[in-house]
Amino acid sequence: MAWWRRKKEALDKDSTQAKVSIPKGLWSKCESCGEITYTDELIQNLRVCPVCGHHGTMPTAERIAATLDAGTWQEHDTELRSGDPLGFFDSQHYKDRIEKAVRSSGATEAFRSGVGDIDGVPVSIGFFAFEFMGGSMGSVVGEKVTRVFERALELSRPAVVLSASGGARMQEGVLSLMQMAKTSAARARLRERGLPYISVVLHPTTGGVAASFATLGDIIFAEPKALVGFAGPRVIQQTIGQELPKGFQRAEFLLEHGIIDRIASRHELKEQIATLLRMMTGLPAKAPPPEAAEAEAASAEASPAP
Amino acid sequence: MTSKVLEFERPIVELEGKIRELKLLSSGSQEMAEEIERLEEKARQLQRERFAALTPWEQVQLAKHPDRPYTLDYLAEIATEFLELRGDRAYADDPAIVAGMCRIGGRPVLTLGHQKGRNTKENLFRNFGMARPEGYRKAQRMFRMAEQFHLPLLAFIDTAGAYPGIGAEERGQSEAIATCLEVLSTLRVPTISVVIGEGGSGGALAIGLTDRILMLEHAVYSVISPRGCASILWKDPEAEQAAATQLKLTAHDVHRLGICDEVVPEAPGGAHRGLASTAANLREALQRHLGELDGLLARGTDALLAARYDKFRRIGHVERVAGA
Repeated sequence: MAWWRRKKEALDKDSTQAKVSIPKGLWSKCESCGEITYTDELIQNLRVCPVCGHHGTMPTAERIAATLDAGTWQEHDTELRSGDPLGFFDSQHYKDRIEKAVRSSGATEAFRSGVGDIDGVPVSIGFFAFEFMGGSMGSVVGEKVTRVFERALELSRPAVVLSASGGARMQEGVLSLMQMAKTSAARARLRERGLPYISVVLHPTTGGVAASFATLGDIIFAEPKALVGFAGPRVIQQTIGQELPKGFQRAEFLLEHGIIDRIASRHELKEQIATLLRMMTGLPAKAPPPEAAEAEAASAEASPAP
Repeated sequence: MTSKVLEFERPIVELEGKIRELKLLSSGSQEMAEEIERLEEKARQLQRERFAALTPWEQVQLAKHPDRPYTLDYLAEIATEFLELRGDRAYADDPAIVAGMCRIGGRPVLTLGHQKGRNTKENLFRNFGMARPEGYRKAQRMFRMAEQFHLPLLAFIDTAGAYPGIGAEERGQSEAIATCLEVLSTLRVPTISVVIGEGGSGGALAIGLTDRILMLEHAVYSVISPRGCASILWKDPEAEQAAATQLKLTAHDVHRLGICDEVVPEAPGGAHRGLASTAANLREALQRHLGELDGLLARGTDALLAARYDKFRRIGHVERVAGA
């Protein structure tokens, strides 16, 4: 009966590839409580530990499948690739780092953008792929995030971005920094048009992503215990030279300090986003029993567009 | 008078010291005067040559030179009637950012900027020019006031970065910076920022989403400090010189990358060796850019906002593959 139990074939084709790349372990151990769970069962449970509720790392493909209605995801901007504008070299060339990230993550960049439906509500949406260079934002990620907002404007839809990022990508230097400006300016256009933007901050979100569009949502959701902040805990500890309080920068801390609106578990997130978006865009409420769905859809069509 | 001398400044400063001694000793003889003149020319040449060949790391050192002029030093040179305005109206006043109204060439301007301290006591007060959320919220107040009273906005950027502390996180450092960016992106008056020293990451950019971005010749603008970058990518903070080179953070680099609109020349040897002439160059550039933006504004506020959006929309390097 839980809405998140979907059939296997509902996963898009990329997500099947991603699943293949998961270590072939039949069993998975919870990072938090050490409980051993069948990996398949854990994936079915959106990688939430059935014992302690710990939200484990979720590959982007599974995230997309868990957020959007089956068969509605249309990915855009897949032709965009990072170049190497600075000719950056540390212990290796930036180009080589990118190639490695492509091979190990199966993604082409640290962000995937497109359109889809969340519980029947059409949105322009983007997902950070933390497994690709720590979800860092260079020119391509900035461009794709900007396009999520611009596409929302074009289609008169709400925008949703799920962030998980270490911040701006150092290898593109000040060009990465400026993506904060570009994305925030695009976000501003949405506000001027009165279109909703919901930001979901996932573990972890810091630096230039936290200090731009991720904290500019009309509504900001976080997953339980997600670490979100401007500076990373290590930097803060080095700067102030003292121990950080327990739970510092975690979702619960952010909620207490008025920085986010809600903490939602993976099992609630999709439904809560859709519920709010319906209210924000003048759509009627969703009727819970499936028999009523048809009548509901008919009345939704009859009501004037927002 | 220079109080701290960087390694590459030393030969020049030493030669200048010798010239000063010689002047004291010289009794006004023609021969001595000629010798002094010859040495002075030699010192100028030495400086020209050395400063033409500065490495990115040396540029970083100059950008944070302890004698480098700060925001209030420039305001004292280029503005009249500056009156400081303080407070975020919610929590505190953050002295790491100064703000106020002033006139430049008789024209009223809303100005703000990061402010570092000149000594330990001042730096404790100014928090080394590293702003907390209340600094950025004060900035937002100023942005909105500029719009309300149709005043152009002039921002001086000079910070190692936004302050990383417990209180700063508790009060929403990320949101404070992000909101600065959003407000600036749609502000309906001409806006100019100038990086006068360190353009350190998000804490710098927060007041820098402007129609024009100027940089003083020896200023730097970077996504992360070379030291921070070195400790992450090189796993060794001492690799900061290499990181400084890779990051392409000098004024000329940032200009080449299409971000900085104009590099404003400093006095020979750097702004700290000639505040008046550096400030004069800056004033000239500011007034010229303000004039251009006035022209744009005359075509309507929408033209100004569209140009600003396009300016940032274009920044970045994106490649496209066929058939994806």
